[in-house]
Amino acid sequence: MIKVKKIHKSFSDKHILNNISFDISNGDSIAIIGQSGTGKSVLLKHLNGLLRPDSGTVSVDNVIINEVSYVELQNIRKKMAMVFQFGALFDSMNIEDNILLAIKSLTNLSNKNIPSRIDKSLELVELNNVKHLMPSEISGGMKKRVGIARAIAINPEYILYDEPTTGLDPITTDKINQLMKKVSEKKKVTSIIVTHDMKTLKYVSNKVIMLHEGNIIFNDETELLFKSNDKFIKHFVKGESI
Amino acid sequence: MFNIFDYPVKKITLFFEYIGQYLMLMVKMFRSIDSLSNYSINIIDQMIIIGSKSIPIVLITSFFSGMVTSVQGAYQMTTTLVPKWYIGGIVGESVILELAPMITGLVLAGRVGANIAAEIGTMRVTEQIDALETLSLDPVAYLVVPRVLAGLVMFPVLVIIANFCGIFGGLLACLSTLDINSYQFMKGVKSWFNPWDAVFGLIKSIHFGFAITSIACYFGFYTTGGAQGVGKATMNTVVASCVTIVILDYLLAEILL
Repeated sequence: MIKVKKIHKSFSDKHILNNISFDISNGDSIAIIGQSGTGKSVLLKHLNGLLRPDSGTVSVDNVIINEVSYVELQNIRKKMAMVFQFGALFDSMNIEDNILLAIKSLTNLSNKNIPSRIDKSLELVELNNVKHLMPSEISGGMKKRVGIARAIAINPEYILYDEPTTGLDPITTDKINQLMKKVSEKKKVTSIIVTHDMKTLKYVSNKVIMLHEGNIIFNDETELLFKSNDKFIKHFVKGESI
Repeated sequence: MFNIFDYPVKKITLFFEYIGQYLMLMVKMFRSIDSLSNYSINIIDQMIIIGSKSIPIVLITSFFSGMVTSVQGAYQMTTTLVPKWYIGGIVGESVILELAPMITGLVLAGRVGANIAAEIGTMRVTEQIDALETLSLDPVAYLVVPRVLAGLVMFPVLVIIANFCGIFGGLLACLSTLDINSYQFMKGVKSWFNPWDAVFGLIKSIHFGFAITSIACYFGFYTTGGAQGVGKATMNTVVASCVTIVILDYLLAEILL
């Protein structure tokens, strides 16, 4: 379970997050939505300790991750995987080595079982013949899918997705949506997804947190978002300017 | 209201911020050294990139530095009664004491420093360093330590190569354009040679190796702002490394000679 309590975050003079609190239960699929620059990715990076709040606490399975030592934080991170907006694959390694590095550093899998784990992860994202390619040789959509394969290869309890469908064509977007749902259901993973895409939101998430100007303006079930009477939420959901 | 003192005050504050941030990174680096065995392959890779792949440029620059020292030394002596074999001594001492470490340092500030800053900077802006963190890998141990250690080991090796190549260049210049034979030249090299000078040159190269690689890692590690940020980090690395090398060169000469 992830608990966020009264976190504030500023960069120089700019206030990004303002008194943010919410809980994420195990097995949930939470979408974090909001306008560009409203602090969604900043909030996501607080959940695995990539950023530390100026005040407030973030706890994962009852461990306050912004107060623990670096070694303890690394242990917590072993339960969490993150899928980055542009994949963040290591471009000096081929696809297989990218996944191998994750498996070796986060699991105790024996050398004998590692190749099959890599193959299974790539099969799940429907990429079978890319193992020996370099990240520069595959498309943006494929990079995102390899990013997901790298994340699921370690059997995490939590997966954080940072805009997994941004910039992709509708068909690839749909594939990624199905993939996220499949991973969430098959592997019983808690998913936290930062997205702008209403299709992704409807298809994958059961709860939504909406940020606006550093504050949470909606935190409830996905269905209720579409029934909201709030003027801003209505415009956002319909994709209309105010 | 615009204050004339604001600009220099801001710049000085920023300079001390850089120094503080650099020192913090160095502290993190020394703390990460205990996990060195996990990254031994990275260290070997970096030794190849920093060391072996820099050999051609070191050979070319040191060879011509030796040649030009010979030619200019002979030119200075045309009107004096100094024996010709002194040229060998001048070339040997200039190369071992100053030219090989200094020119190797400056050339590698461009080749190695820029390469490290651009590589780590790109990893920063494309979130690859964040990805390392999420994989529970310490980015300082994974990226910074191998590069700095490889620099510490390979820079002296490159300077030894530059010493031989520079003296050989000086000899060739003497044989081809000046009226000095190899016996005379080597007599000069041997008679002026002081072992401490060679040790001093190597001590300088170790300092230069640490300075260049650590400065490059620092600017790369704290890159912000996309492609423009990577360009700025690379430029800052080359400028800061060159200035640091020149200052270190003076300080070490003052302390050790």
